[in-house]
Amino acid sequence: MQPTPLGPLTAVIFLPLAFAVFLMLVPQQFVRVHRYAALGGAVVTFIASLTLYRDFSGNTFHFQYYEAARWIPQLGISFKVGIDGISLWLVLLTTFIGVIAVWFSFYVNHRAKEFMIYLLILETAMIGVFCSLDLIQFYVFFEATLIPMYFLIAIWGGGNRTYAAIKFFLYTFLGSIFMLIAIIALYFIAKSKLGRGTFDLMELQVLAAQGNLAAGSVQIWLFAAFALAFAVKVPFFPVHTWLPDAHTEAPTAGSIVLAAVMLKMGTYGFIRFCLPLFPEASIQAAPFMMGLAVVGILYGAVMAAVQVDWKRLVAYSSVSHLGFVMLGVFAINHNGLTGSVLQSVNHGVSTGALFLLVGMIYERRHTRLFKDYGGLKRQMPIFAALFLIVMLSSVGLPSLNGFIGEFLCLAGSFQAAFEGALHIPFWMPVLAGGGVVLAAVYLLWMYQKSFYGKLDQPENRRLRDIKPWEQAACGLFVVLIFWLGLFPTFFTEKMETSINAVRHQTTLPAGQRPCWNDDGVDINHQGDVVQASSRNPENIGDWKQGRVIAPSNHFRQRDSAISAEREKR
Amino acid sequence: MNLGDAPLTPAPIVWEPMLPMIIVFVTGVLCMCVEMLRPKQTNNLIVVLSLAGLAVAGALIVLDWTAAVFHQPPSEFFGVRFGGSPEEAGGGLFIHDRFGQSVQLILIASTFITILFSEGYLRERRIPFGEYYPLVLWSAVGGMIMASTRDLMIFFLGLETLSIALYVLAGLNSKEKRSQEAALKYFLLGAFASSFLLFGIALIYGATGTTHILGIPMLMNHASADPTAGKILIGGIAMVLIGFGFKAALVPFHMWTPDVYQGAPTTVTAFMAAGSKAAAFGALVRFVGAITQPELIDAWLPALAIVAVLTMTVGNLIALAQRDAKRIIGYSSIAHAGYLLVAVVAWAHSRGSIGLDTVVYYLGAYSITTIGAFAVLSLTAKAGREGTQLEDYNGLWKRAPFAAAAMIVFMASLAGVPPTGGFVGKLLIFKDALDQDYTWLAIALGINSVLSVFYYLRIVFAVCVDEPDERRSQFAKPNAGMLTAAGACALAVLAMGVFTSAVLQTMGLSLPAESGSASRSVAQKP
Repeated sequence: MQPTPLGPLTAVIFLPLAFAVFLMLVPQQFVRVHRYAALGGAVVTFIASLTLYRDFSGNTFHFQYYEAARWIPQLGISFKVGIDGISLWLVLLTTFIGVIAVWFSFYVNHRAKEFMIYLLILETAMIGVFCSLDLIQFYVFFEATLIPMYFLIAIWGGGNRTYAAIKFFLYTFLGSIFMLIAIIALYFIAKSKLGRGTFDLMELQVLAAQGNLAAGSVQIWLFAAFALAFAVKVPFFPVHTWLPDAHTEAPTAGSIVLAAVMLKMGTYGFIRFCLPLFPEASIQAAPFMMGLAVVGILYGAVMAAVQVDWKRLVAYSSVSHLGFVMLGVFAINHNGLTGSVLQSVNHGVSTGALFLLVGMIYERRHTRLFKDYGGLKRQMPIFAALFLIVMLSSVGLPSLNGFIGEFLCLAGSFQAAFEGALHIPFWMPVLAGGGVVLAAVYLLWMYQKSFYGKLDQPENRRLRDIKPWEQAACGLFVVLIFWLGLFPTFFTEKMETSINAVRHQTTLPAGQRPCWNDDGVDINHQGDVVQASSRNPENIGDWKQGRVIAPSNHFRQRDSAISAEREKR
Repeated sequence: MNLGDAPLTPAPIVWEPMLPMIIVFVTGVLCMCVEMLRPKQTNNLIVVLSLAGLAVAGALIVLDWTAAVFHQPPSEFFGVRFGGSPEEAGGGLFIHDRFGQSVQLILIASTFITILFSEGYLRERRIPFGEYYPLVLWSAVGGMIMASTRDLMIFFLGLETLSIALYVLAGLNSKEKRSQEAALKYFLLGAFASSFLLFGIALIYGATGTTHILGIPMLMNHASADPTAGKILIGGIAMVLIGFGFKAALVPFHMWTPDVYQGAPTTVTAFMAAGSKAAAFGALVRFVGAITQPELIDAWLPALAIVAVLTMTVGNLIALAQRDAKRIIGYSSIAHAGYLLVAVVAWAHSRGSIGLDTVVYYLGAYSITTIGAFAVLSLTAKAGREGTQLEDYNGLWKRAPFAAAAMIVFMASLAGVPPTGGFVGKLLIFKDALDQDYTWLAIALGINSVLSVFYYLRIVFAVCVDEPDERRSQFAKPNAGMLTAAGACALAVLAMGVFTSAVLQTMGLSLPAESGSASRSVAQKP
């Protein structure tokens, strides 16, 4: 696959940064200029990312908008970007959330210029994470998110912001520094195999596809180093403790960005790097990771149920919901992976909306404790209605978005346990299913405590309903919630082939795994790996004539053969 | 085998390659003269003169940026023979190669930036002494000498030129007790270290018959003949390493660093942290590069690796407990010496299969970053007083937003957060360490990076986040020199992180410039 020179995708990545540089040059007393320029930047980026969607084809798993430039050739580092069906939606989610975050941050009066600059730099870094095809470049973007987010929490955060900001920074840095060492180790493995070192994801994946990248315990260690970095970001159960603090203390825009996009950097990392680069280790680790995911689901839900603080509750609910995503990822089958990507987007929409709504009420009352609310429904009916929809989407009510994602994740994990290929015990998905019930418990509880009951706080009597522009912002989320819930195929059809590619890259035996680099291979809509030699160059992904190399359900077949053998014995 | 008896025809000294040093030295002399003659109002003329001299010297180095290695042939100077090793060893008292040039350039850049923001600071501290500038320049000359020789006596000469000027500079603020303490402590411990170095040189001379470090490999090739000489040599190497370790602030020879860094005037601290460290590492690399024999490598590299881990860990752990910004950077400089030592160890272990680009790149990035950080930290000097506690920097973002923004870049670079020069430097070190199978060193470095983040964030927090405390926060008005220094450093740090390729290309050190062995062809000027 030949890259094109830097083009539209690179433009989308660096547009927010360009606006941030412009903001730096405008003196800080022009607050309105800063606000509108930042909003303009976010909107322009969003529109630009929509044009990416327009020309995106769901018929191939190869990267599209594959653009490359020389960066540090001496070290084998280049600037390479590209998107597939998985990153496309995360990029769109990022740019959309970017607009909302900037828009809602118009209330910020204290150091408004810096706030907007950090938001825009953060947006560039986050889009860059989802598009990077070079490991060092990925690491650069991954780490570049830290400083803006640190400042968003440390400067504009709540009472305990110092602690929360440092904890956030340290946890993420701790996780990712070992990933950096692992990345460099991959460079030397490539050097010993190819004769020249490279940080190129696609070249490394070719080695992994041949089973040459690393074997045995080396692969497990490398997988562990990557997994630690991403597990902190997700956040996975034992390393999640930064999240409640960071979410709670961050300003509203920070919480929205953190919950909606930054956590997805972790799940995305698992899907994009851990599974394709370390397939054997991923399969070996699947029961362990899934066990942690289940613990995270239940622990997050139980913790959420006992919180007295709105934002803390939503934060713990994120731990629980992201557990479902990881459950789907390590089911390593079609349903699970589709569910995990979809749930990543869903969680971004639902939790982003929840934090937005909580932020609106916080701006009016400056408290996040349930006990200061009660009976809000009568006072703010529109707000209550919007909150109800968003809350139910987070619970996972059918026809709203949360249901689809969680259902697919659970279905995938049941399927994995049923097939037995990954040695996942049955109780794991069963227990995870309990998390859905718990979600209903704590979210409905929260809704009941704040919106029903007596309006006993005198301050709350003065509350007015939210303003039209706030309704519009929430309305956008509600539209997305219904859209994702009622027409999920609109979203899944573009990610199908990419998800199947990840699945095949992980579960097919070495030598048969499809490579991103290999133009002769593609994946059809049944999920079979096919030869794409007869492909029409005018219409990429026109695979119809291709010979099937590996059938879609090879993993199950292989496994049923194994279990048949076992029964014979 | 007595190398000193080898036939030696004294050659005339070739001055051209030494021109940058001479220019800086002469600039210092001129500054001294102007200082004596000046009308008593300002030091502006001296500042302009020293900046111009440094610029010319820097330009000469850049214009002379050749890959050719040139060794000053052994020569006689007032009847004293320098560079006593035979010519075919490629030795000499002065070596003119890319590595030496790079370290000289780092030193000149460090001095230039330091002088840029010195005048405003010295006036605010009420210590506007004109002799400051010649001292800084001469100190830089000492550092430049250290990086460009392989003769231990010349090392010593350079070290003393560097150090004696710094002893005086550390005590420049003679009215303040802490400054006096810093000067005395630095002088006493420095003299102690110098005696170690001299003793080591004497032992090496005793064993090899030459003060040239290439005498070490030459002796070791014949070590089987004379085991006693080998033992004396190992002792000598230990003493010399202790001497250099003191200057480079390696644990356990680091005790002076925090007190001196805290007590010395901030500009002097900046020069010490950057320039003096670059010179010390330049010398260390030359010396370690000469230890190529397997017996010596086995003896010294594990020790150096352990010293590296100790250095970074001790530096970082103690820095965590500090409340004084200058002390924090002081301990952080110890930690960075540990990181750099990892690069040196990996380089020495590879025996020429990896280049010196990592060491030079890291030195450059570290020096620029640290000087920039000190330029910003110098802003609390006002009306003769200077508060360096973290609380004293609260609200700097309000008073000097540009400087505060630059501080974010510097701290990110020191912590190794991309896209900064510090990140690329760390990446290179990781790469070299893994290349030489020093995975445990890489992991130790990784853990230490995480530790260091904590105190860098505290500085960032004090400078960029906290609200100003009206009673404590006293900031000088940022002058043009300081803003230029901080801005240039911040831009350079970012540029090193983004345009790494161009920097590495220009440096041209990725291929081994100096393997330390005698096999390298010697390009001599006629």
